[in-house]
Amino acid sequence: MKRLLVVVHLTLHEAMRRRVLLAALLGGLAFLILYGVGFHFIARDVGRNARMTLIEKRVALNAITLAGLYAVNLLAMMSAVLLPVDTLSGEIASGSMQALAAKPVRRVEILLGKWLAYVLVVAGYLAGMAGGVLLVARAIGHFTPPGITGGIPLMLVEVVLLVSVSIAGGTRLSTVTNGMMAFGLYGLAFIGNWVEQIGTYVDNQAARDVGTVASLLMPAEALWQRAAWMMQPALMRDLRVTPFSPASVPSPAMVWWAAAYTLVVVIIAARSFAKRGL
Amino acid sequence: MSDLAVETHGLRKRFGRKLAVADLSLSVRQGEVFGFLGPNGAGKTTSLKMLLGLVAPSAGRAALLGAPVGDRRARAGVGFLPEHFRFQDWLTGREILRFHGRLFGLHGRALHARADALLERVRLTEAADRKLREYSKGMLQRVGLALALVNEPRLVFLDEPTSGLDPIGRLLVRDVIRELRERGVTVFLNSHLLGEVEVTCDRVTFIKGGRTLREMTLGEETAGVEVELRVGPLDAETAAGLARFGRLLSPAAGAANESAAALAAGPGATGWHRLKVADDAALPEIARWLVGRGVALHELRTVRRSLEALFLEIMGDDQAPG
Repeated sequence: MKRLLVVVHLTLHEAMRRRVLLAALLGGLAFLILYGVGFHFIARDVGRNARMTLIEKRVALNAITLAGLYAVNLLAMMSAVLLPVDTLSGEIASGSMQALAAKPVRRVEILLGKWLAYVLVVAGYLAGMAGGVLLVARAIGHFTPPGITGGIPLMLVEVVLLVSVSIAGGTRLSTVTNGMMAFGLYGLAFIGNWVEQIGTYVDNQAARDVGTVASLLMPAEALWQRAAWMMQPALMRDLRVTPFSPASVPSPAMVWWAAAYTLVVVIIAARSFAKRGL
Repeated sequence: MSDLAVETHGLRKRFGRKLAVADLSLSVRQGEVFGFLGPNGAGKTTSLKMLLGLVAPSAGRAALLGAPVGDRRARAGVGFLPEHFRFQDWLTGREILRFHGRLFGLHGRALHARADALLERVRLTEAADRKLREYSKGMLQRVGLALALVNEPRLVFLDEPTSGLDPIGRLLVRDVIRELRERGVTVFLNSHLLGEVEVTCDRVTFIKGGRTLREMTLGEETAGVEVELRVGPLDAETAAGLARFGRLLSPAAGAANESAAALAAGPGATGWHRLKVADDAALPEIARWLVGRGVALHELRTVRRSLEALFLEIMGDDQAPG
């Protein structure tokens, strides 16, 4: 356990030294400032609009908040794939992994140490950014969307899943191939979700099934869909006036599937890394 | 407890259709400096990786410090300097030593003191707080050497430790190896620089095609002086009597080109004879003895046999530059 924590420490140290965290902080700050300015003007106009009912105003503010969270979800998803994409493959290719793996440390400790470090970094990034969006909505629009205690954790599960996929790929694939594979899987889930939504809208069962299979293969996008569904009032879900109101809502079983998927991916990664020659 | 630091039996590694190591069997005693020699592609690096648990063998067995390869307790007593030393270049020399030390369970003042002492030993104290990306190749090699010693190992694997080092750096490595030997640490040295091996190793093994060709104590083959004699016809008694001065060598082995035919003729013909003696002091005695027996002595010369010559002899003449 101590050695695992040493690997966590080294990986976090690397993130700081390579200015990854600084770049994330500055980029995130710029995003939140821009978002805050935009939110300010929209909230001001919505507030002044006498033709809108109170419910319509809340729906508008909810939609803007969800748009911010959607952007945060996209950034966190990219970070979850890109940050750890070369942590194993890069060190294996350069040979620096040999010096580490020859120490009295289990391969699984190296893998889990790196996994934990990147989960902390990406989860921290997501929490900071999502917290910033919610703070902007609260401070400027005096609005907090419903269901955030359920929605934000689902977004966290999504990034943990993607970190796991990225690290697992790194045990066998080169950095570029691994990145392509992880984004390819996410793209599959993304388009699969759209096929499912449109299939539901036009009542085409085959299209819905295709979407479901895509979500089973990579449940990341389904987690966002469910999170977005949770963070809006029932009226907004029923009206489907924004792109954040899915026609087909992923079930709670999909959340369990995603959790099990993550666990299995980490186990496969540990076994794969333990067996590979360095 | 075994007195062997490294022991392998029939170690074998196959990568798909390629047989990298066919049959590696060797024994390295505790406290000796052991040279691991072979041409490029002989399977040295793969063998080293198997011993360090970086690559799983396809067959055979191996033990380090009495425990099966891969045993974490045994690995706690092992140090390793990889051939192409690369590490997190955003760390400083001091940080990387402390990080590696923590992986061995060192911490606090003991860790800091150990890191400082090693930096001093490899003459990097002044550069200790510079990032590794600012280090020269030689400095990286030296910090790699320090890393291999951070846990005060009982067994150290050094893979080409002097590559990239200037003569002063090579001397430093040689001194460090000597100190390790004095402390009873086993050193497993993989080097292409046979001169380095010759002055540092107690024993060597030669491998080719992933097989152990020969394992020997260096002094047995390279110590002493070889004497070549061109004499008139010798009777059998005189030819056998030469053995009193040293060991008679096979006429064909290592013979000079111009004398190969004469050597092949053997005792009884005018030609060359070879023997190995302890030192130059035996030469006048040999000359006196032969002349005293009425033998025509045309030429007497000494040949010092280097490890390089031995290497070429053992590897055979089918070697292409690697």
